[in-house]
Amino acid sequence: MKITDEMIDYISQLARLELSGEEREKGKEEIGKIIDYMDTLNTLDTTDIEAMSHAFPVKNVFREDVVKPSVDRDIITLNAPQKKEGCFKVPKTVD
Amino acid sequence: MEFETVMGLEVHVELSTKTKIFCSCTTEFGGDPNTHVCEVCTGMPGTLPVLNEQVVEYAIRTGLATNCEITQYNKFDRKNYFYPDLPKAYQVSQLYLPICRNGHIDIEVNGVKKSIGIHEIHMEEDAGKLIHDPWDDCTLVDYNRCGVPLLEIVSEPDFRSGEEVIAYLTKLKQILQYIDVSDCKMEQGSMRADVNLSVRPFGQDEYGTRTEMKNINSFKAIARAIEGERARQIELITEGKKVVQETRRWDDNKGSSFAMRSKENAQDYRYFPEPDLVPIEISDEWIERVRKSLPELPTEKKERYMKEYKLPEYDVDIITGTKALVKIFEEANAVCNNPKEVSNWIMVEVLRLASETNTDPDDISFDPKNLGVLINLVKNGVVNRNTAKEEVLAKMFSDNVEPEQYIKDNNLQMVSDDSLVRDIVTSVIAANPNSIEQYKEGNEKVVKFLMGQSMKQLKGKANPAVVTKVLEEELAKL
Ligand SMILES: [Zn+2]
Repeated sequence: MKITDEMIDYISQLARLELSGEEREKGKEEIGKIIDYMDTLNTLDTTDIEAMSHAFPVKNVFREDVVKPSVDRDIITLNAPQKKEGCFKVPKTVD
Repeated sequence: MEFETVMGLEVHVELSTKTKIFCSCTTEFGGDPNTHVCEVCTGMPGTLPVLNEQVVEYAIRTGLATNCEITQYNKFDRKNYFYPDLPKAYQVSQLYLPICRNGHIDIEVNGVKKSIGIHEIHMEEDAGKLIHDPWDDCTLVDYNRCGVPLLEIVSEPDFRSGEEVIAYLTKLKQILQYIDVSDCKMEQGSMRADVNLSVRPFGQDEYGTRTEMKNINSFKAIARAIEGERARQIELITEGKKVVQETRRWDDNKGSSFAMRSKENAQDYRYFPEPDLVPIEISDEWIERVRKSLPELPTEKKERYMKEYKLPEYDVDIITGTKALVKIFEEANAVCNNPKEVSNWIMVEVLRLASETNTDPDDISFDPKNLGVLINLVKNGVVNRNTAKEEVLAKMFSDNVEPEQYIKDNNLQMVSDDSLVRDIVTSVIAANPNSIEQYKEGNEKVVKFLMGQSMKQLKGKANPAVVTKVLEEELAKL
């Protein structure tokens, strides 16, 4: 499948990625190959195969509703590039 | 042209679990910013979520109480979007297999009954809070609410008026409070409603273009937002313009809505199955166990109160409409076994005190048993009814005092000691020779006056029946 310029722009916008001209061309080619691979998968007959929603045959992994101490906020914000008054500081976000 | 309004609701409620949906941080309201967070709910790389079983239990409860089918094999999906209130850049939600489907809630508006369909209910995580910092012109993020479990209850587009919307929200709130899954406090954000609204000429089958109004936080604001948005869309259509499908924010102070900028781009959430969580399988036994544990729901309770206690519908509506009042009614009645009296005390005195002190019924703090005790004290002639209402109940309301102890400490018992009453009555008779003359001439009215004088001297603490009896006896001796 041919990935158009509009498609790669839309995908990079969704992923918040700024691609250089060279990266865009490479991305178009690689994503095209991934989509082609889906076509290959689509040729398989899956009529009698149940849809799988998880790779492991595991279900109902639960936790009891019991409070445990949270992490100290000086530690949790340790990697934050910017912080203020105990909060993570980010560029102004308008709603 | 006459237009019909078509609406659907998406209601988010925060579940009252002790911990968050995927980690053991507390869900307690408040707290300094980022003090209820850990590696999981801040989306640190390498962490894995583990589902809180209570969330599933509450979702099943809610589904059964709203007549839904439970999806016995359900799972989570990722909803991807970049916004700093979600540190993982995705929200864990349920798109393909939500836990409940095809339910309904029955409402009544102006005597007309209607069933509102519930399309689905799904489990998801709440986001953090963004605080604008005007000083640095930046945004500060607090993740204390991030990961608090939510149910999103999606209705069918069955609403045709604002009254129907309010009736549905009121009923939904009652049900959720009755089954103890959420406190549904709109002002604290634990219940939030998004309204999808479109208009179409009466008789037209297809729907008009709809807009979505987000995060409206009171019943009154919802009613105003609906009226405002309906008028805006009708005006556009009448002027030959088009309604644009978009998300709008209702500004209740300005009384108008505006399009939201950041999220208005055609949304592409790229949902996919959540690989970090395994599927949930709900057995028949689990569903039956939850079904058996469900308490009496608002409609059943209302019918029973009217039948069993013979209380008027208006009073029953008010009492069964609020779980806090039901608790007061039932616990007080368990003590005094006098449903009519308890209902009257709640309807007249308790609600009066609540409105005078601007107290939400949910925040009434006296021990309900004490209302039953007080009613018994009045019935048994220990305390005068007016004193009980004006002094004792008021003090119970403000300071949760024990009525018996309070009456004793403040010397409010009725004087039932006949000899004391007799002393006062004879002194009143002696002090009012003119009245006695009139009485002897056959003027019965003075009895009332003498009675009033005696009660006054007894400072309202005497049992009026006793005073009447003693006064009659003394007058007969003359
Ligand atoms: Zn956490």
